[in-house]
Amino acid sequence: MQKQNRRDFLKTSAILSTAIAGLSTNKTKAKPKEILSEDRMGVLVDTTVCIGCRNCEWACKVAHELPTKPKESYSDRTAFKKLRRPSEGALTVVNEFSNPQNLNIPTDVKVQCMHCDHPSCVSACIVGAMSKEENGSVIWDTDKCIGCRYCMVACPFQVPSFQYDKALNPKIMKCDFCFERTKIGKLPACVEICPVETLTYGPRSELIKIARDKIKHNPDRYIDHIYGENEAGGTSWLYLANQDFAKIAFPNPGDKPMPGTSESIQHGIFAYFVPPVFFYAILGGIMWITKKRKEAE
Amino acid sequence: MEDLMKPLQVEKKYFTPGVIVLSLIALNGLVFLAGRFLFGIGAVTNLNNQYPWGIWIGVDVAAGVALAAGGFTTAALGHVMHREKYHAIIRPALLTAMLGYTFVALGVSVDIGRWYYIWHPLVFWNGNSALFEVGICVIMYVTTLYIEFLPIVTERFIGNVRLKSFFSFLNKPLNKFLRILDKGLAKVMFFFIILGVVLSTLHQSSLGTLMIIAGPKMHPLWQTPILPLLFLLSAISVGFPMVIFESLIASKSLGLKPEMEVLSSLGRIVPPILGIYLAFKIGDIVIRGTFVYLLQFNVQSVMFIIEVLFGAIIPLRMFLSETVLKSKILLFIASSLVIFGVLLNRINNFIIAYHPPYSYGAYYPSVGELSVTIGFIALLILAYRLIVINFPVISLPDKQYMIQTKFTIRGSQK
Ligand code: SF4
Ligand code: SF4
Ligand code: SF4
Repeated sequence: MQKQNRRDFLKTSAILSTAIAGLSTNKTKAKPKEILSEDRMGVLVDTTVCIGCRNCEWACKVAHELPTKPKESYSDRTAFKKLRRPSEGALTVVNEFSNPQNLNIPTDVKVQCMHCDHPSCVSACIVGAMSKEENGSVIWDTDKCIGCRYCMVACPFQVPSFQYDKALNPKIMKCDFCFERTKIGKLPACVEICPVETLTYGPRSELIKIARDKIKHNPDRYIDHIYGENEAGGTSWLYLANQDFAKIAFPNPGDKPMPGTSESIQHGIFAYFVPPVFFYAILGGIMWITKKRKEAE
Repeated sequence: MEDLMKPLQVEKKYFTPGVIVLSLIALNGLVFLAGRFLFGIGAVTNLNNQYPWGIWIGVDVAAGVALAAGGFTTAALGHVMHREKYHAIIRPALLTAMLGYTFVALGVSVDIGRWYYIWHPLVFWNGNSALFEVGICVIMYVTTLYIEFLPIVTERFIGNVRLKSFFSFLNKPLNKFLRILDKGLAKVMFFFIILGVVLSTLHQSSLGTLMIIAGPKMHPLWQTPILPLLFLLSAISVGFPMVIFESLIASKSLGLKPEMEVLSSLGRIVPPILGIYLAFKIGDIVIRGTFVYLLQFNVQSVMFIIEVLFGAIIPLRMFLSETVLKSKILLFIASSLVIFGVLLNRINNFIIAYHPPYSYGAYYPSVGELSVTIGFIALLILAYRLIVINFPVISLPDKQYMIQTKFTIRGSQK
């Protein structure tokens, strides 16, 4: 009986470890697409230029086939009364803040997904439905998503939104950096429509140089901080402002890539399944020894 | 002596006034659940883009998994370490774990927006995601628990398959099949028992990794890189109190005499585990220096203090006292406190500590969310009762040896 048990155990463990070896190779393939290309694109947002016309809000809705009021209605500035966030119905919104340099001209800030270099949403998604594409866009695969909303818990900028009112096929909604437009050489809809030069589209590395230049040549106009250069490990969208970013409702997620800690813990515990298998073997050993001792008694 | 106790079906009527009340509570939950499936999550919950997770995740899933830890801790004690003394409590603990995890799975499927895609994690993998790890382990563990429960089913039906009239020709082959199944299961069961313990340790800790990615959105009193360890330790420390708690309740409601001797010795195992958990919990806030947040007076600091004081320190002291271990009522209170502590810890981690950057106000569960959660708990208790009445789960004095007076029972056996 004892021998039998031991042989059984060894046999099963052997089967288990081959099965797991098979799984783990599979697994390394099965990670979401996460490309950090040298030439990834980005947008530099100069909040000191923005006039708050909200044309970008309208253009975004049109480009993404979301219901929208006529373009003229967007000149209504009462929308600025309360702080708005990107939502399932509006992937980008503009907020208004007071401007310490000139009280007559308010500061307007367009917000949307930051398209992080190390996106938490991509790391977190249970089925790998989010991906970071070569051109910098962080996009979402509607066919995979199970609607768990972990991406929303993970995002340091609280960007993804969810269609809570839909009983069937609710979607995660967020700015996709106009992936379908840029693919065919068009500009992102907001960049294209902006009547002033608030939004500059280009390779992220170039944008950082431009931003540095701007700060250098207009030290009175800007504070010395490019938001998004290092925030959360760097983002594709970059911001310039004339006041502290906390004052214009930007969170401070720190400079480290958000998924760092959780991924290293995850991979530590599951490193090629060695720790779990090892643990299994120890438990098996204890089981066998205590059984033997019992039988000897 | 121990052989005189044997898992048997509890001979009791199913319906009692309590059962009817529970059924009504369950029904109420099901009504709201129907609302969720017909009109979407937004129709019955207070969730929004700032607070994507509420009590369905914090309580039904996170606390549910932790409180079902009795299954793997008793399996480790009874089967892996072969402490025969505890065999009487393994089956009830297994049943609770099996039902608990079934309801965790149900809880997940009502919370996710696309419940019909619940199988996706089996096909689309993301090894970076803590949630993926939790999902896969839970799916595998639920299966393992059902396999571990199978012998109880075969034991119930072997020699007892009595299909009526037309199907009666099936009786013999079915019986034979059950015997073969039973034999086969007995041979490989050790594999599943160890697997169950390994899977449990994995996902109990991964559940803690979940909130780490939320980074500064989580209050520093709870946000720590050792969250997975804290989750694992707290799950292990709540395992035995949970077994004690449910044994005492079940014996009360089924009119049996609780096996205080076994329960007291279980209680003796609690302090070292709970002590280690407490040490890590306190050590963590000291080393990271986050204890300074306790000096501020706000919801978070108060909740943290309640959690640690009532959920760990007081019950730890209680479990160290012989008087408590010997008294039914005190033991019950001490166990309830540990359970309360872990429940509160999961609520704290997933709800109280979570502070999104643009919240327009705190999240409170809606009537619908509460109804569904409470309804699920009622359903779980109803299922438990149904199963112990129909399957040999709870250890009772064996009828054949009913001569001694040591195990008196009140009106359970006619
Ligand atoms: S801002 Fe949020 S949603 Fe956008 S890429 Fe970063 S983590 Fe993802
Ligand atoms: S809601 Fe969808 S996209 Fe977001 S983490 Fe869950 S499965 Fe992934
Ligand atoms: S279109 Fe340009 S100027 Fe107008 S609100 Fe948008 S970013 Fe500002």
